Amino acid sequence: MDSLESYLFIGLVLFCFGLYAVMTRRNGVAVLMGIELILNAANLNLVAFNRFGGLSEQLPGQVFALMVIVMAACEAAVALAIIINLYKTFQTIHIDEAREMRG
Amino acid sequence: MGEITFIILAALVVVTAYFTVTSPNLVHAAVALMGTLFGVAGLYVFLYADFLAATQVVIYVGGILVLIIFGVMFTTQIGSQVMVKSSVPNRLASALAVLVLFVGLANIMLQAPWHRGELVAVEGTVKTLGTSLLTRYLLHFEVAGVLLLLSLLGAAYLARREHG
Repeated sequence: MDSLESYLFIGLVLFCFGLYAVMTRRNGVAVLMGIELILNAANLNLVAFNRFGGLSEQLPGQVFALMVIVMAACEAAVALAIIINLYKTFQTIHIDEAREMRG
Repeated sequence: MGEITFIILAALVVVTAYFTVTSPNLVHAAVALMGTLFGVAGLYVFLYADFLAATQVVIYVGGILVLIIFGVMFTTQIGSQVMVKSSVPNRLASALAVLVLFVGLANIMLQAPWHRGELVAVEGTVKTLGTSLLTRYLLHFEVAGVLLLLSLLGAAYLARREHG
């Protein structure tokens, strides 16, 4: 538990699962969940490097991770707004159906 | 004791992430995602990031996950449990690509000469983080605030009831 590699490995597994979800899911909300998994993997790596890289004075990795969480919150809000709009326009959130651009 | 807890947390993260990705029912996937987020918060505690663990629970589990479940409830007809799946060749190709990426990245991870400092016990990070955010990282902090405001306005504008 006190090795950098174990945390990096968990982050790697999370990233791969998230990427798989983004590539195979056809539902907008499910794709969003995959993106959240990827962001969590990145955060885990940042915090692990902060801990094991000997950077405990100003915690740059943790500040970076905080910024990523803020960005994830923004992204979730805007993505949900887009998905709701998509649903109102096409009556589905199957992302392959949304082929034309119209207001 | 710590070792066992770490292994349990790691298993929780990986297993629930798997269910998030594969579950055909979106509500089940959202609940599994909650397990993943809690597990990652536990791992933050192991990494001496107490403030980040609390933030993870409050923002991800309390905010983003609720938004996602709201999206699921709002956009699926009640009673229709079936999700549109991508075709089998697509899924196979994706799994293959992800597997290749996984092996490559794991190789790099094991071989890279990571810089390692000495491990020091940390006495809570809240004070250090607060000082850092308001001194060295002040610009980042302000930009994040502006970004939050803009995305709030943008989301409200996009999701409003009537256009025009």
